Parts: sequence; C-alpha cells; structure tokens
Amino acid sequence: MTRYLQLFAIQVRASLLLALQYRLDFFLQFGIAIFWSTSTLVPLWVLFSQRPGVAGWSWPEALVVVGFFLALKGVLATVIQPAVAQAVSHVRNGTLDFVLLKPADAQFLVSTAHFELARLADLAGGLALVAFASWRLGEPIPPTAIAVSLLLFAGAVAILYSLFVLVLSLAFYFVKVDNLSFLLSSIFDAARWPSSVFRGVLALLFTFVIPLALMTTYPALALLGRIDSARVAIALGIASAFLVLSRLAWRRAVRQYTSAGG
Amino acid sequence: MTSAPSGLGALAAAPVPPPPPPVRPLRGALRALPTMLRVHFAEVVAWRAEMLVWVLAYTMPLIMLALWSAVAREAPVGRFGEREFRAYFLATLVFRLLVASWAVWEMNIEIREGNIAARLLRPIHPLLSYAAQQASAFPMRIVLAVPIVIASLLWIGADVVTRDPVQLLLLPLTLVGAWAVTFLVMVMIGSLAFRWESALGVFDLWLGLYFVFSGYLMPLELLPDWLQSIVRWLPFPYMLAFPVENALGLIDRGTTLRALGIQWSWAALLLWGALAAWRSGVRRYSAYGG
Repeated sequence: MTRYLQLFAIQVRASLLLALQYRLDFFLQFGIAIFWSTSTLVPLWVLFSQRPGVAGWSWPEALVVVGFFLALKGVLATVIQPAVAQAVSHVRNGTLDFVLLKPADAQFLVSTAHFELARLADLAGGLALVAFASWRLGEPIPPTAIAVSLLLFAGAVAILYSLFVLVLSLAFYFVKVDNLSFLLSSIFDAARWPSSVFRGVLALLFTFVIPLALMTTYPALALLGRIDSARVAIALGIASAFLVLSRLAWRRAVRQYTSAGG
Repeated sequence: MTSAPSGLGALAAAPVPPPPPPVRPLRGALRALPTMLRVHFAEVVAWRAEMLVWVLAYTMPLIMLALWSAVAREAPVGRFGEREFRAYFLATLVFRLLVASWAVWEMNIEIREGNIAARLLRPIHPLLSYAAQQASAFPMRIVLAVPIVIASLLWIGADVVTRDPVQLLLLPLTLVGAWAVTFLVMVMIGSLAFRWESALGVFDLWLGLYFVFSGYLMPLELLPDWLQSIVRWLPFPYMLAFPVENALGLIDRGTTLRALGIQWSWAALLLWGALAAWRSGVRRYSAYGG
C-alpha cells in the first residue's frame, strides 16, 4: 500500500514538473478553466433573475448542484481524461506491453499516468461555489451533513472513474474509443442541473443507465439535509458495484489483449 | 483535368522547357475546385462513423432544452413556452450541426507537425483548400440533419417555422453567412499557431464567449437589455442565433435584412482579417523537419 502511495507521489511530481516547465501554458489553461466555469453560470443567472425557483430548487440550492458538477468535472479533466487518452494511445501503438510488464498494477499505472494539474482550477472553483452557495442559504450546515455529502461525492468520483474504465476496456476490442469517451463526457454535461429537471426518457436514462442523479444531485441533497439514510446506502452500493464491475471488465480486457507490436 | 498532367509530361520530355503559361491564380483555383470538393467529400464519407459520434456529442442544446422546459412548465419565460423552447433548441442543434467547422484544429495539427508544407506547395491558396475541405462535409451534414428536422417538425408541428417567404428565401444565405463567420474566425485564430503554441487556448476562450453570446445556451432575447444591445454588434449572434431567429420567425423581416447586413459585414471584415493573419503567419513560418 505504501508502495502505491509512493508511486502516486512520483507520478504527481512528474506532472507538476511538466506543468512548471510550460508555465505560460499552465496559467493560460488555468485561466481558461475558470472562464469556462463562470460562463456555465450565465444561463442559470439569467434564469433565476426571472424566477425564484425551478423544479423545486432555489438559486443557492441549484448553485450547490452546479458546484458539485464543476468539482466533478475538475476531477474528470485533471485525472480521468488524460489517463484515458494516454491508455488509448498505448493500446493503439502497442506500447501497453511496457506498462503491463512493470511490477505494479497496470490499472493503477494507467490511471495515474498523467495529471492535467491546471484543471484543478475546476475542482477548487466548484468546491468554492458549493461553499459560497451554502453560505448564501443562510442556515448553518451540520457537520454530519457535510460528511455525508463528501462521502457521496467520493462515490460520484468512483462512478465517473468506473464509467471511463469501462470505456477504456472497450479500447482493447475496438482500438479507437477516444470518440466514445468524448461522447461520454458530453453526456456527463447533463449532470449540471438538478435531476428533477429531466423528464420522460431522459430521466430514466440518467437514473438507470448513467446515474447522473447520484453524481451531483445526491451530494447536494445531502448537504441540504434532504436525503434519508436508505438513499445514501443505495447510492454508495451502486458506486461500489460500478467499481467492481469496471475492475472485472478491465481484467477481462487485459487477459485477452494481444499486443499490437511485434 | 487532362490538360495539366500531359503538360507536365511535355515539360519533362522537352530538352528546352517552354516558358510556363501565365498563371491566373483565381482561374486555376476555380478549375480545381470541383476536384478538391470531390476528394474531400470522399474523405468525409470514409470517416462517416467518426462524424456521427461528433454529431451525437452535440448534446448541449438538448441539456439546455431540458432546463428551460422545466422552467416553462411552470410559466412561460417572456414569449417562450415549452413549445417555443423546443423549437428554438432543436433549430439550434440542427443549425450548429450545419455550420460547424473544424479548421482550427486541422490547422493547429498541420502547423505543429509540419504537414502544412504540402498545402503551401500547391498552386492554390491554402485558405481556399481549407474552405473546400470544410464545405465538402456539407452534404453529409445535411444527410444527418434531415432526419432531425423531420422528427422535430412532426413533434412540434410545422407552423413553428416562419411564414414569411422573404425570410425563408434568405435562410440559406443566413446559414452560409454563419458558416463563413465561423470558418474565418477559425482561420484567424488558427494562423496564430504559426507563432504561438497556445493558439488552441485562444480558441477555447473564443468558444467560451461563443457559447454564452451565440444563443447556444439560451435565446438571446432573455439576456438583460443592456447586454443584448452590446451583444448584437458582436459576431457571436450571427454564427447561430440569427439564422435560428430568422427561420422561426422570432424577428420580423426588417430586422432580418438589417441583421443580414451586419452578418455579411462581419464576414467581409473577418475575411480581410483571416487573410492578413495567414499572410503574417506564413512569413514567420519555417517548416519543421527536413
């Protein structure tokens, strides 16, 4: 376990050195990330300047959801997307062999291959937005609610990560899946609104196929004290199931992998 | 078509090369245009699955539609009820699909990897060849758009479309204008890649502004008045919102004509800007590699 922590620290340091080498680019990326996050708030701001609430959510409450969305997007852009991009190119070029030969878990190595540190701006900005919105709500939030909310957010990260590992496992069969991961991230964009906004087919899709509701709405509900323990348990159960499923899919994909090189 | 290769053959065989015929750049380009379009169209057909995924990834209008529908379910926003929002965002989806362009990414990769040298060698202005490449995707885009349009009209009802014959006639012109503005901005920003690695970062900034001010996320008339009066002079609305408003009859004929004037003025200005940016970029360029 300590060995993996050390490995993790080494990988982070490598990414940090890379970021420091291209400082101008780093700050530009950082600024753009903040700019983009702010621009996603404009339609919401226009909407709530006309209405006190939408689908049962007030302005600060909806901001909590958006904050969790941005934070999750930050995790996606910092860790998950660079890892997927690199892994897909490994599979395509046959260089995955070098990763598989190393004396550490391949899934771990692939997942921590590169960190796009500038995109931590989204994570920080999202969490700041959550804090700001909670302050705007005016009522003090009990520490247990914060703890449950963070727990559910960790579950959301697990689900998001698992979804991308599942897509990545497909890369072993279809080789070219960067489009698919692009598609998945654009579906994830729908998590920016409270799930009660969606109706009909979309509501079913986002609950049962890609559990967007669990990812941003549940942590927000927990922070607002509107969630019961049964739903928390179900959410965490689903998150664990996703982790196990993605792990199995990855193992299966690696086992049938025949190198592309020669 | 056949005259060019045989001319080359004669050139190689003759001991003393005859003086080359005077080159008329524009005429040569026009002659080559159909072939270029055909070649690039074949490329697009070869990558059709790729394109389909890109189109499926245009989910944002649908996500915004869900949000604004939820709002309109309680009470209409301005003159937008649920039905109007549906029409607006589906039109946005289709028009974005039609006028989209990927020139900036293409240019960025070609400049970085040095492949652009091949384009520079051809006796045709590279911007024209980029334009041909982008335009040749148009038939495929229409093929993808038609089912969406038909399904939308069946769902919402055909009477959401404007009744004004002038507006209907001008519709293709508004779309070509929107495409031109989109493409020329991409060329302008793409030309920055000649001197600067972070050209795509600049484009990301542009894209952020585009999302907010082009009507992609919400109908522009919902913006506060002071903001709207500024935004209407910027190029963003003419890349998307204006064709949509025209097609759905959200603006009257007079406004359409005035907006068309602004749109094409922007296109002309950007054409000048794109040519200038390209020229100054190429001057600085020295090819990578051998």
